[in-house]
Amino acid sequence: MVGFGKQGVVNYLLKNFLRLILVIIAVSAVSFVLISQSPIDPIKVYVGEVGMGNMNPETYAKLQDYFGTNVSPIKRYLNWASDFIRGDMGQSLIYRQPVISVIKDKFLNTMALMALAWVFSGIVAFVLGVLSGVFQNTWLDRLIKNYALITASAPTFWLALIIIMVFAVWLKLFPIGFSVPVAVARSDVTIWDTLYHLVLPALTLSVTGIASITLHTREKVIDIMGEDYVLYARSRGQKLWPLVKSHVLRNVTLPAITLQFASISEIFGGSVLVEQVFSFPGLGQAAVTAGIGGDSPLLLGIAIISAVFVFGGNFLANLSYGLIDPKIRRQGGRD
Amino acid sequence: MFEENGAILTVENLTIRFSRYEKGLRKTDLVVINGLDVSVGYSELVAVVGSSGSGKSLLAHTLLGILPSNCGASGAIKFMGEVLDKEKIAQLRGKQIVLVPQSVTYLDPLKKVGPQVRNDRNDQASLEAQEKLFDYYGLKRETAQLYPFELSGGMARRVLLSAAMMETPKLIIADEPTPGLHLSAAKKAMRHFRDFADEGNGVLLITHDLELALEVADKIAVFYAGTTVEVAPVKDFQSADTLRHPYTKALWHALPQNGFQTYPGTQPYAGDDLKGCPFAQRCQTVSEACQGPIPSRPIRGGLVRCHLAT
Repeated sequence: MVGFGKQGVVNYLLKNFLRLILVIIAVSAVSFVLISQSPIDPIKVYVGEVGMGNMNPETYAKLQDYFGTNVSPIKRYLNWASDFIRGDMGQSLIYRQPVISVIKDKFLNTMALMALAWVFSGIVAFVLGVLSGVFQNTWLDRLIKNYALITASAPTFWLALIIIMVFAVWLKLFPIGFSVPVAVARSDVTIWDTLYHLVLPALTLSVTGIASITLHTREKVIDIMGEDYVLYARSRGQKLWPLVKSHVLRNVTLPAITLQFASISEIFGGSVLVEQVFSFPGLGQAAVTAGIGGDSPLLLGIAIISAVFVFGGNFLANLSYGLIDPKIRRQGGRD
Repeated sequence: MFEENGAILTVENLTIRFSRYEKGLRKTDLVVINGLDVSVGYSELVAVVGSSGSGKSLLAHTLLGILPSNCGASGAIKFMGEVLDKEKIAQLRGKQIVLVPQSVTYLDPLKKVGPQVRNDRNDQASLEAQEKLFDYYGLKRETAQLYPFELSGGMARRVLLSAAMMETPKLIIADEPTPGLHLSAAKKAMRHFRDFADEGNGVLLITHDLELALEVADKIAVFYAGTTVEVAPVKDFQSADTLRHPYTKALWHALPQNGFQTYPGTQPYAGDDLKGCPFAQRCQTVSEACQGPIPSRPIRGGLVRCHLAT
């Protein structure tokens, strides 16, 4: 909510900053508990079953030092936290690089994928939802509703496989995976190559997002179509499209923005599965690797980055209310 | 019908039914308005009075063509001598027939008042017309820049009146325009309708407030269980003896100045199987003939649906 005067804005930002810190503490603590309680022995994963058998005790001790499995979890967490506060997210145990550089590397890929899916699903779902709601109970509505219900209940990984099968294997329109062509020097990769590789994963990621946002938008539009002010506008002879333009779209914008920003977390979650199926080197895939490899610094780093990202999305949604909703805008300005 | 000639609006035998699905897929019709008669003459303010939630708003919705899609209306409706069908309504609503709704919820909460009053027209003529109306109703011109939530109750009412007057209407349908208002405040609001009617137009006032209706109306149509049991000139309400229908008499006796007497029983629900007079279960003078169909009869310059009325 903006517009409460300078003092108000400072307070508001401060409050949200504190909230963010609490979220980071909670997320890191929970993730750490989960990974330290997981039955996976990172050393075993690292050297393999055979390696474990052939290892002499000194090497094992060294590896224990490296993975920190001989230190108590609480001490490990506090070590990590004190480094984190100083801006050091530690070393990734698997990638053998600083966590921050692994994340930087993957983040751009994931961002591109998510941004594309987010914008695409947002626009398509909004249009479908409004059409479906305005033409409630017509064949168009039934078509859109059934499409949304079916895709909403289809698992993402399965959809991803179907999409690969149809578009990559049968039609050969798009590559089956990865973010760049195979066997091409990094310097030779063009932006078109990147986009070309993004299409299928982004499409897959959009599908489920479209379903839920469409259904929610539809509900909102149906509510609005039943409002007194729509009835009144109709009684004054407003035709359907002017009415939709002047009342429905205006009133559905606010909930649509909420939905759109709320879907960021869903898309983030979906990206883990999609990146896995498409062998797409993004944060989601790195999170899976870190999780099953016992790479706690990397997993914590990714968890925190994701939390900050989702938090930022919701924060932006709140700010946008202040700009759009006259109740917040005007009352804020007056106090 | 009396005043058949030269009426702005005549509604005869209006029946409204909802179709709904009961258990399984059996479709049934629910009759909510059955055989409603009312007419509005030139310079006349007619009040349709009935208890809250009895479905009288549906009359307004029918006249403006905004009934829900699972709802069908039949009957003979004429506007200034011409049959008022769907096409005609689409032509006239918002222009010659306008609705004054009951509250600020009929304004879009996210839209400034000005464009809403102008019905989204922004040409010079509309702007001028709107400002003139605001002046007339004592609204500041800056009111146009406000959002509905910034209006007081009284301002909202005048804004809705201005919206109604944007096109020169012939008939105003006012649906409960004064909910929760003090009698004196309500009377003030009513004055605008009275003035409008006195200029040779018609007002159909739909209300649950008989006392208020008696203050301003020329004619009262008493709505009971989906039908008009009586249509009477206001002067007949000076005494219970000049009224025709037992229900109207009961209403009269329930007024504070006439003894505040309650009447036993409740109104039947829509969908209750009603043959004959809807008031028969409660009527103290019920007879055999009340179980059959009850036509509307003209008596002493009014209309009544009762065999026993004289």
